[in-house]
Amino acid sequence: MAFEIPKQTNAGKIIEVTIGATGEAGGTRANTVTIGGSTSLPFHFFEGDHPHRPVVAMEVFDKVPPKYPDSLTDRFRDVIETPGDMAKKCVEEFGAELISVSLEGTHPEKGDRTAAEAADTVRAVLESVSVPVIITGHSHFEKINEVMKKVCEAAAGENCLINYVETDNYKTIAAACMAYGHTVVAQSPIDVNLAKQLNILLSDMEFPRERIVMDPLTSTLGYGIEYTYSIMERIRNDGLAGDEMLALPMLVNPGSESMRVKEARAPEKDYPEWGAPDLRGAYWEISTAMSLLAAGADLLVMHHPEALRVVRKSIIEMCESKERV
Amino acid sequence: MALSGLDIFKLLPKTNCGDCGVPTCMAFAMKLAQKQAELSQCPHASEEATATLGAASEPPIRLVKLGGTDPLEIGNETVMFRHEKTFFNQPGIGVELRTSRDADHILTVIKEIEAYSVERVGEELKADFFLITHDSDKAEDFTNTIELAKTNSSKKLILDCSDPAALRAGLELIKDVRPAILLQNEVVDDDIDLAKAFSASLILTGDSLDALAGQAEKAREAGANDLILRIDTGNLGSELQDNTIMRRSAVHNNYKPFGFPLFTYVNAEDGFDAVARASLLLCKYDSIIVLPSFDKAMLYTLFTLRQNIYTDPQKPIQVDARIYPIGEPTPESPVFVTTNFSLTYFIVSGEIENSGISAHLVVAEAEGQSVLTAWAAGKFVGETVAKFFKDAKVEDEIKTRKVIIPGFVAQIQGDLEDGLPGWEVIVGPQEASDIPSFVKNVELT
Repeated sequence: MAFEIPKQTNAGKIIEVTIGATGEAGGTRANTVTIGGSTSLPFHFFEGDHPHRPVVAMEVFDKVPPKYPDSLTDRFRDVIETPGDMAKKCVEEFGAELISVSLEGTHPEKGDRTAAEAADTVRAVLESVSVPVIITGHSHFEKINEVMKKVCEAAAGENCLINYVETDNYKTIAAACMAYGHTVVAQSPIDVNLAKQLNILLSDMEFPRERIVMDPLTSTLGYGIEYTYSIMERIRNDGLAGDEMLALPMLVNPGSESMRVKEARAPEKDYPEWGAPDLRGAYWEISTAMSLLAAGADLLVMHHPEALRVVRKSIIEMCESKERV
Repeated sequence: MALSGLDIFKLLPKTNCGDCGVPTCMAFAMKLAQKQAELSQCPHASEEATATLGAASEPPIRLVKLGGTDPLEIGNETVMFRHEKTFFNQPGIGVELRTSRDADHILTVIKEIEAYSVERVGEELKADFFLITHDSDKAEDFTNTIELAKTNSSKKLILDCSDPAALRAGLELIKDVRPAILLQNEVVDDDIDLAKAFSASLILTGDSLDALAGQAEKAREAGANDLILRIDTGNLGSELQDNTIMRRSAVHNNYKPFGFPLFTYVNAEDGFDAVARASLLLCKYDSIIVLPSFDKAMLYTLFTLRQNIYTDPQKPIQVDARIYPIGEPTPESPVFVTTNFSLTYFIVSGEIENSGISAHLVVAEAEGQSVLTAWAAGKFVGETVAKFFKDAKVEDEIKTRKVIIPGFVAQIQGDLEDGLPGWEVIVGPQEASDIPSFVKNVELT
């Protein structure tokens, strides 16, 4: 019996979403980044097209997170308090393809920085790097709505990725994105139907589908990654099968989620069997990122430079395999 | 390939004689389809029925065992995606030993790995095997290494040796322990004879799917059925695609040459690269994962991923319902309560720890469900929590009389206070991540 490769053809195609705008398009970015466009499961070049490879971003902070691990502080010591300089280092030294600016410090309980201060931070990052920028908020609705309105205006025309809206709080931020030419992240809590519902709500306000990236909510290794993993596989399968409201690229956060857990930070003397903490933190993030890549991640926001390096290298290597099939 | 009840019914005598213990042939067919009965229960089954049902009931991917007592079982998988049902048999993860290294070094590594074990969610996690790669030019280095591994460890053994005489001598040392033989070159008759003589599995290596299918076909025809397959292209993306194609051919098309577990040797530049490769291939179908060196952080990371990916999606992992100390609590320390869903326990205990305080975490019996699910199902309400406090004798161990409940179940506050006279019930934050700021702002005891 001769062996014939069983191929699966899909009715659907993941929407292509472009982040960033160059001078011609009214922004100041040197390049844009496009994700999506896949017609088969991740890296299945043998049965479909993947015109754009998954990309990796790194995160900088308006206020250094209280749980930021020592191993990362050591690597960013001289720039960590200056988001613009840190962004430059992430791009030039570590190879970040986008920068995420975290505005966690505007949360009333985590610094209460003002909307105007947030806008200054975003402006500083846009000036110091020329890659597309993601702007990442938090869950305090009232405050983040105020902040995002201001920030969207300050970055008008740059087509930033505004991260994020959720079902209980999407109108204000989505409207600001439309008004000032940005793309949006639609976040839903690890559930296929809720993800779809939010995309429908956004479509109902005539938010263009090619300006939406889905965030299925990242759970990290050891803390429920299997839920995120399976929801992403289901979303991608449904999207490829032809469900347009799920045929969108996906963003995941292996960096911020891995950094929060005990495994990335606990000293070796407390858990000798866990191995060296510096390696462990990077390994945790790498393992989370690689699993979620297999499940359909298109944009990964990373924290550890070694994790970013090796994940990016793996993505490029996997895309070279299309020459072989 | 699974047959439907109706397909099976057509193969039965349709006499409704009841000799199988089920009143009708149709009912028996349904039981067979659900694997609740076996065809041998029907004394009148035709040869055709036996042959067809026998082939259909064989798993699409063969179960292969490594090791004599307490074997490592791999394969027997039935789906492409864990959400379709579950992944059944966790992959083996092990470390390579090279015979060119000096005996002292090899012995040290063997002892270190043998002693290494780490606990997670009540599971004791250990490395499963050694791959012994013979890269020395002295045959006795190979047999000596096997002897060291056999004497000083309980790990399963995979042998990679291109010198047939040395391989045979090595196998003589480990009779009855079902090792595996890793073949780097195309399988020949002698390999198959050797595998049969020593009840060893054969790991076949091919640089293309066609080549591998041909080898598997050959081995099967010669009666070697304990096979493990290895595609070796040197590219991670090719490996992902080839693994997927083999799994799909076996599971969907019942293509027998690929109906075996898969093997990978993680050939990496450094530890970061090794974790990246192993993580991807663990998700995408490899059942034997060989790491080039021993690194605790790497093993712990991969053990955790393995446990997560191979968790049955329909059965949440539970932790024991009891009082857990966080830090070094005294009888006067604060008391938190949550459910015994393992993920909930992990996150809540981690955040209490992050807050820097010592506390008692009462993990109440809630059938392993998360807080909101358990509440909705009536398993985590005032009455059940109060009952658990009494059953677990919380009042005997702890003098504090304030308890912090998850913010999502603020509704149970009144009922719980009624059920626990003398206690004050404080509504905590909805998200565990807000515990550190919560403990700073609230009087907890």
